[in-house]
Amino acid sequence: MPLIENGHPVEDRFIRVGDDEALPDGAAVLIGVDRFLKEAEALRGRQAPVGIIWPNNRPIGEIEPFLGQLSLIALVFPSFRDGRAYSQARLLRERLGWKGPLRAIGNVLRDQFLLMARSGFDQIEPAKEADAAAVDEAMETYTVFYQPTADGRPSLLRQRLGRVAAQE
Amino acid sequence: MAAPQQQKLKVHGPVAVTANRLTDGVVVWRTPDHGWSVDLNDAAVVTTAPEAIALLAAAQQSDIEAVGAYVAPVLLDDGHVLPGNLRERIRVAGPTFELPR
Amino acid sequence: MYVYDEFDRAFLAERTAEFRDQVGRRLSGALSEDEFKPLRLMNGVYLQLHAYMLRIAIPYGTLSATQLRRMAHVARRYDRGYGHFTTRQNIQFNWISLQDLPDAMASLAEVGVHGIQTSGNCIRNVTTDQWAGATPEECDDPRIWAEILRQYSTLHPEFTYLPRKFKIAITAADKDRAAVKVHDVGLRLHRNEAGELGFEVLVGGGLGRTPFVGKSIRKFLPARHLLSYIEAIMRVYNQFGRRDNIYKARIKILVHEIGAETFAAAVEKEWEAIRDGALHLSDEIIADIRARFLYPAYETLADQPAELTEALKDPAFATWHRNSVTTHKQPGYAIVTVSLKPVGAPPGDATADQMEVVADLAERYGFNEIRVGHEQNLCLPNIAQKDLPALWRALEAAGLATPNVNLVNDIIACPGLDYCALANARAIPVAQEIAKRFADLEKARGVGRLHINISGCINACGHHHVGHIGILGVEKNGQEFYQITLGGRADEHAQLGTLLGPAVSYEQVPGLIEDVVDTYMELRSGPQELFVDTVARLGIEPFKERVYAAH
Repeated sequence: MPLIENGHPVEDRFIRVGDDEALPDGAAVLIGVDRFLKEAEALRGRQAPVGIIWPNNRPIGEIEPFLGQLSLIALVFPSFRDGRAYSQARLLRERLGWKGPLRAIGNVLRDQFLLMARSGFDQIEPAKEADAAAVDEAMETYTVFYQPTADGRPSLLRQRLGRVAAQE
Repeated sequence: MAAPQQQKLKVHGPVAVTANRLTDGVVVWRTPDHGWSVDLNDAAVVTTAPEAIALLAAAQQSDIEAVGAYVAPVLLDDGHVLPGNLRERIRVAGPTFELPR
Repeated sequence: MYVYDEFDRAFLAERTAEFRDQVGRRLSGALSEDEFKPLRLMNGVYLQLHAYMLRIAIPYGTLSATQLRRMAHVARRYDRGYGHFTTRQNIQFNWISLQDLPDAMASLAEVGVHGIQTSGNCIRNVTTDQWAGATPEECDDPRIWAEILRQYSTLHPEFTYLPRKFKIAITAADKDRAAVKVHDVGLRLHRNEAGELGFEVLVGGGLGRTPFVGKSIRKFLPARHLLSYIEAIMRVYNQFGRRDNIYKARIKILVHEIGAETFAAAVEKEWEAIRDGALHLSDEIIADIRARFLYPAYETLADQPAELTEALKDPAFATWHRNSVTTHKQPGYAIVTVSLKPVGAPPGDATADQMEVVADLAERYGFNEIRVGHEQNLCLPNIAQKDLPALWRALEAAGLATPNVNLVNDIIACPGLDYCALANARAIPVAQEIAKRFADLEKARGVGRLHINISGCINACGHHHVGHIGILGVEKNGQEFYQITLGGRADEHAQLGTLLGPAVSYEQVPGLIEDVVDTYMELRSGPQELFVDTVARLGIEPFKERVYAAH
């Protein structure tokens, strides 16, 4: 699948490695949370980048002690209708101070790209090829945003200050 | 009568497969030639669970013409096919009271 | 009225364009129905028994004459010439085609009207008192706060795919007309001893399959913290609300399962981290929103003008005036309820012609403003008392002056099996039959205030649990049956009704309701004791004995 970073297609340098597979030497890897937690000590000395897939039913606060050794965090949308990872993303960015790459994986569809970006995801792994091609369109669907979020835009309530309400 | 889509399929007597047309939501019935018709008399009517399951499975293969297909009871009356319960009667004939004008 | 500015207008145009694109992708097959359904629902589009249905939000129940007139236009142009006002300050069109929906929405968007977040697992249209801004009973205009919440919740990126739908209601009066105790979040705006404005926050109320009265988790939240506190609630719910079972996904189940104290503690902890952040409502922000609400330029008038005194000599006008006209905060003005419950008609329905009549009257007599209440009636909140006689004649001519507000035939009913894909049983014809039994309004007035609420299935859109008499349609062996509850109420003393006994058939319902009412008339301590108070005093037993002996 193509990978989108900040709205542009990029090559995915992380190799997804299953729980029972050997980690390829010198390569950036993306591994599941169970394996990561089991091997966290050993992984500390690894010379190549490590990324983690954090499931959406595990409190995101538990990731905090490991942030320093991670190069990528992937949050999961098992279905596009399951929005738990939006909260995890915002907490990672706004509470835990995660500045590194944050990737949306799973049932990731274009009609949710913008919501993901606004919640703090900078990487999106679209589930459909056609959706990857429509990323610009999807990101430009809106120019008006009401509420402040991880993307740093001020709320509309603030943007309006100083303007005068127009008579109908 | 609720949410027939979620009911376990039990077939007692004649049944047909019905759905709503994607473009406008109009009630449609699955026909023997794998199409859809707005006329219940065109419906493929079957009487056993395996036949009904096969008819439904074929109808659900595509959701581009019709949406939310399910198996509904019908009555056979002198060559005519009639809706088999109140819900289906309402779907065919509209609300049971006079509409505002 | 709140005045939309260029931001709101641009947003609505973008939303309409997005939906048009999504419809196009659905029709082309690029989107499956499973993918499309949540997208259309979040624009208020359902697929019902006969057609698509469009649900349009009437934010905090406030409409301009221009907006109502546009709704009439949409009803005529894209539907069958009428609309249905719901129990959540929405209007629904029942016969609309998917292909027409983008155009219908574009037409509505031109006047600032939309169906955004009237369905789907997101924060829904925030509701409040239909008399807001006009009643002398309130401590502040709750629409200010509903509007702040509307903006905050509109396409909120974090809370658009919640475990389940989320409904917020606000009251700013002691007499609660917004049913805040039966919402996911209920907000009771009041002033503390120091005179500061703030909210009591209730969570976990709701009707449906598992009804609960909301629990208070904070007695006083300073108003400036409204958004951060709501965000804390939403964030806890979004992460920990159940997603394994749709029937257990509402916040009320989470609150019930972990307990209100534990839930409150989790919210407070989250709130501590964000309370002084970007969501803090400065005085400047609040003043800015307040300034965008334009209030009528009331004239200096006296109460009881000569025109009114003279007209009250006409018994028909006097009857309507007693029933449908309420005290206004401004001397010389009145709040008028417009009954959408003519005896024998579908409750809450209005034809395009009637909408235009109301729009015209709002323009002529009511500073362009119309309200919609959860009882499925309209309201003209700013009428000069001297204009009441002329207003009444015009409403009467359009069939909009039935003096039955709050009476036994002012029935709340969901669309039921006649329209709704989820329903088990019909609701509208049941309401029509009951209303006809009390067609003699003299008799209905003798009965006094009595709310009958009917739902065609357990999802409870007709709020049957909180009707003084609640009627719930169920299905048994392919037949419609109805469970009756007594003693529910939706106001500041909200409580759930008690089941009267075994369900009865469709045909038996009107007679049974008559028996219940007759029993009340015999048992009440006097005309001052309302039905619901008699039930509270005596319990349901005397009703049960009488009713089931007869049926």
